[in-house]
Amino acid sequence: MSIFESLGKLVQESGFAMMFAGDGWKNLIMIIIACVLLYLGIKKEYEPLLMVGIATGCLLANVSALGGFSNALYHQELWDEFLTEGGPYAHSYGHIMANGGLIDILYMGVKAGIYPCLIFIGIGAMTDFGPLISNPKSLLLGAAAQFGVFFAFFGATLLGFNGNEAASIGIIGGADGPTAILTTTKLAPHLLGPIAVAAYSYMALIPMIQPPLMKALTTEKERKVKMEQLRVVSKTEKILFPIIVTIFVVLLLPSTAPLIGCLMFGNLLKETGVTERLSEVAQNALMNIVTLFLGLSVGATMVGSNFLSVQTIYIVVLGLIAFSFSTIGGLLVGKLMYRLSGGKINPLIGSAGVSAVPMAARVSQKVGQKENPSNFLLMHAMGPNVAGVIGSAIAAGFLMSVFG
Amino acid sequence: MENIKGEMLPVGTALVDSVLGYLVVFIGLALLMVVIILVGKIMVSRTRRSIEKTTAALASAPAAAAPAPVPQAEKKLAPGSAGEVKLYDTDPRDAAMIMAIVANRLQKPLNELRFVSIKEVKKDEV
Repeated sequence: MSIFESLGKLVQESGFAMMFAGDGWKNLIMIIIACVLLYLGIKKEYEPLLMVGIATGCLLANVSALGGFSNALYHQELWDEFLTEGGPYAHSYGHIMANGGLIDILYMGVKAGIYPCLIFIGIGAMTDFGPLISNPKSLLLGAAAQFGVFFAFFGATLLGFNGNEAASIGIIGGADGPTAILTTTKLAPHLLGPIAVAAYSYMALIPMIQPPLMKALTTEKERKVKMEQLRVVSKTEKILFPIIVTIFVVLLLPSTAPLIGCLMFGNLLKETGVTERLSEVAQNALMNIVTLFLGLSVGATMVGSNFLSVQTIYIVVLGLIAFSFSTIGGLLVGKLMYRLSGGKINPLIGSAGVSAVPMAARVSQKVGQKENPSNFLLMHAMGPNVAGVIGSAIAAGFLMSVFG
Repeated sequence: MENIKGEMLPVGTALVDSVLGYLVVFIGLALLMVVIILVGKIMVSRTRRSIEKTTAALASAPAAAAPAPVPQAEKKLAPGSAGEVKLYDTDPRDAAMIMAIVANRLQKPLNELRFVSIKEVKKDEV
């Protein structure tokens, strides 16, 4: 082979040449989208811990896909075969291991539902349920703020999505990334990329999405309400809480076992006082490692052939609707509680019922303090906020048991 | 795509599923709230009872006479010490200074010297 032939072959096989052949342009668009997501993660700090990983996963998957099947880090074709019921490679992890690239192997953790559950152990280890235990009525606000989940679910069915897809889109309204990923992986894995991006983007945008709704739905008098100090919760109560929640919720809705079980296990590690080392690992090392793998592998599902569709635009719009209506649901029940309590409950804490911990609680604090600088709503808002985590897990459990 | 799971839902079914799902979340968390309130009440009453018990025990205890004076423990000497230096009309700071000067003049480390007492010599005693 002459030097010119060798060079010609190299040029023909390069990713640059593939970019303008066949569907290569789709990968090119996805590379641009990945760069935009990197900008949002790094410069604007939109959920950077996950956004940078997701964007890099997207970039790597699309760049390597242009290098041909054998060079790709992620193979959509393999996962299509994996998901084809009755096919020769249906649910065959062995086939993926034998033929997959690095990100295919990492993605098995998402597919098997391992990463979201491990993240929930970390979240549990980082969460203080004290404000919720001292004010259990917060649970009602956490429930009310799941309104957007079911509203978006209904909206998605009207737009022509099937039941599984609609359920996965609706769960964006739970404002809980790992829950959205787990539900989508189980019910509509082909939508994982757009749903994960929508969920994490809107979680980062909570400080912009929620305040206008909070101001529109509450009066100045309501926003100025100062709440009574919460009672001190004993250590025994904090230890009993995760055990009670696990038994009660999992018996009520067994499909919540992976999420609730892991969340409460992490919390038990934190509260027992005898497993400090494990709690520390769950909060730091484990959480960081899993976040890294989760971001990369979820981002890799955003390959051009899958992501660039009208469905993605619908999902982005429905995700915003889900977030907004979850906020509205929490605020309306907050207003109801304000009336029933004789003006003792500030309805602003209702918006914190969307789980996004602790961002949503901080937004309640900020809006409340703007009206009354001596008002401190943060700890009161943390109750509905952590209740939202349990609420979104129950909502996910319901959807998985109906459509799974 | 072949591998898309799920069926299209009629509008009515989707609406029923939405309402049912929201109710399940609400009822589930409301029941959990009841359980937590009950556990909280039990814990609060237990704490209150134990506080009352302690208060009652303290109140019923015989109004004992003033507590017996606690005997002062003998001062422990530092390891290797030859005992306390007796100071007569001498400030401890001055004594420490004198001992340091003596050790310096004798070119001996302090732990090799033994000071029994230090006394200020008054002018009229000279």
